Amino acid sequence: MAKSKSAYSVPGKIGKIERHIIVVWVDNEAGVLARIAGLFSGRGYNIESLAVAEVDKKKHISRITIVTEGTPQVIEQINLQLKKLVPVHKVADFKRGEKDILFRELALFKMLANAKKQEKIKKICKKFNPVVLDKTNKSFVIQVTALRAEIDKLAIDLKRLGLISTSRTGAVAMTKGPKIFN
Amino acid sequence: MSKLFTGAEIVFKALEDQKVDYIFGYPGGAVLPIYDELKNHKSIKHILARHEQGAGHAAEGYARSSGKPGILLVTSGPGATNAVTALTDAYMDSVPLVCISGQVPTHLIGTDAFQECDTTGITRPCTKHNWLVKDVNDLARVLHLAFEVATTGRPGPVLVDIPKDIQFKKGKYSFSKSTLKKKLNGRATHKISNNDLDKFIDLLKKSSKPIFYTGGGVINSGPQASEYLRELVSLTGFPITSTLQGLGAYPGDDPQFLGMLGMHGTFEANNAMHDCDLMINIGARFDDRITGKVDEFSPGSKKIHVDIDPSSIGKNIKVDLAIVSDVSEFLKSLIKRFKEKNKNFLSSNKQKTSKWWSTIEKWREKKSLNFINSNKIIKPQHAVQRLYELTKDKDTFVTTEVGQHQMWAAQHYKFNKPNRWMTSGGLGTMGYGLPAAIGVQIANPGKLVVDIAGEASVLMTMQEMSTAVQYKLPIKIFILNNEYMGMVRQWQELLHEKNYSESYTAALPDFVKLAESYGCVGMRAKTPDELDEKIKEMVNVDRPVIFDCLVDKAENCFPMIPSGKPHNQMILGPEEEEEISDEGKILV
Repeated sequence: MAKSKSAYSVPGKIGKIERHIIVVWVDNEAGVLARIAGLFSGRGYNIESLAVAEVDKKKHISRITIVTEGTPQVIEQINLQLKKLVPVHKVADFKRGEKDILFRELALFKMLANAKKQEKIKKICKKFNPVVLDKTNKSFVIQVTALRAEIDKLAIDLKRLGLISTSRTGAVAMTKGPKIFN
Repeated sequence: MSKLFTGAEIVFKALEDQKVDYIFGYPGGAVLPIYDELKNHKSIKHILARHEQGAGHAAEGYARSSGKPGILLVTSGPGATNAVTALTDAYMDSVPLVCISGQVPTHLIGTDAFQECDTTGITRPCTKHNWLVKDVNDLARVLHLAFEVATTGRPGPVLVDIPKDIQFKKGKYSFSKSTLKKKLNGRATHKISNNDLDKFIDLLKKSSKPIFYTGGGVINSGPQASEYLRELVSLTGFPITSTLQGLGAYPGDDPQFLGMLGMHGTFEANNAMHDCDLMINIGARFDDRITGKVDEFSPGSKKIHVDIDPSSIGKNIKVDLAIVSDVSEFLKSLIKRFKEKNKNFLSSNKQKTSKWWSTIEKWREKKSLNFINSNKIIKPQHAVQRLYELTKDKDTFVTTEVGQHQMWAAQHYKFNKPNRWMTSGGLGTMGYGLPAAIGVQIANPGKLVVDIAGEASVLMTMQEMSTAVQYKLPIKIFILNNEYMGMVRQWQELLHEKNYSESYTAALPDFVKLAESYGCVGMRAKTPDELDEKIKEMVNVDRPVIFDCLVDKAENCFPMIPSGKPHNQMILGPEEEEEISDEGKILV
């Protein structure tokens, strides 16, 4: 046992780190994102990605999707602390890899590429619902939707083919089948 | 069309509807329209502090001793930033405060205007919720919501920031009770199930080494909760220990009470926590001053946790039975169910816990709060004991500052009623006690209010003596003066090779003369033989007193659990101090 006479306790064992996707429904009011982000930073939790937009124009409800990682205890705290915030309506929590949940991220890639290269790039992106948004004879912008790891890998592959700019969203999530988050 | 009111009028209408009788505050440019309106509302009295932090702690003292929310009124910029310490203190110790702050006019927000600051940004992490009101028609709704958020669930501070132009603008006022139907920290939605009650009772029955571990949640749940707690403890015959914030919920002089637990808790309380087979946590939060190293915290026990705040459960310590509920409501249901089915529990269970009680008695024999008294020099523990003996027959209210004196007060002053003990436990704010005493005295006129203080702490908010004199509040500031920041000094002695770096205050003021300059009474006790007389004199003076009690400068606060150690490895006194490891030092 650590020999300590500190006024603070020594750290205990750290549990296994898990990645979770947390979906939060909030009132779309001033400062609400700062409250959510501040809760994470203030308590030392991690935000890997965050996606937010109003989903109900009438009731002004925004849906925030946060990808985070932490021990099961930390994840539980994140859920409970979020639920305590006044503008928060509900919180849903999913473990990465859960079967009946869909995850998607969207990425835009700007490539310096001639027509020949462009065909090659489209081929590489084929599996990821590619959409060409802009095209000149020197460059083009392609949009893909995929999982985080797939986009990570794609970005590496595209580097060789003239990738000059990347823009990515955070993940969004939805359940499969007719049921919705409660 | 309904009548229109100015923003300032709406503020007071809301305060009246919330039955507010006192506001603690300090005026300034951005809040003047509200101050203008004060004269038109005779039922609301304003207490002018000397610093917004003082106003905040006074509001806390008022809230904690009365059970009602404390109201704080400050101006923009420095007014709001000065209130931050008090808001954070209230947040950590679950004290309901409603802070109303002025803000620069809406068209100037974001321009770095005079006395502008991002008040809602700054106070976001230290309030349960805050609002910047940009439309006067939102003001009434927001203010009532603010009261509701502050006082429901786990109580805490809220802030409403009102730009000056909104204070002037006219808008509608309406008051409908319970604007907020939504759960707040679970109170509204969590019903206590019979299943949970039966599980609870089953654990009680199976246990042969039980302990109640109770905290500030019992106090916050209202005086009724303390009554229920006493009934339950007496029905079960189990031992009980309390956190710093829970003192007074159970009588301090009762034989079933083992004293406070934690870093400076009693030997018997901490050992019982470590060795028990059932820990019943009611309204406490497994704070790090209580648990020490979490991996070795009470390794062999089943744990029950009753808390109104779901996020307090499982945050630090995993428990076997979690119950999200208000303490009072839960204990009421539990006692009812327990009585129905277990008429002779106490007598049938005596046998089962008798061995446990005899172990506890052995721990008690250590008399861990003992100290070596002196007849030449006043020992601080002795001073607190004498203060207790000479004031226990009155309904005395005690506040403290933060440090050694605070722990000695907790150890040696025995509380028999809830809401009599106001101390900054979570944030540990030096300078809390004096202004808190002001708030306590406002809420409890005619009662004896003593701030057990250290000379270093009390200087941080000493200016509030002027407030006490202005409003004729006969608070007693009982300073255990050792010329050191005692707790800092103690840790330096134990951890930092007696390198007393900057913990000694040279050039302290003469507290007696200081008292006189404020227009209150100054007293000094230098030796043990004059102590009692002086304390009696202090108690009998019907004016504010600063009592300078000169105590042993080198006394340390024992017993203590050195952190990183489990509860059964306490240091009882100076003879047991061990060598200090380098690893320990970095953690202070």
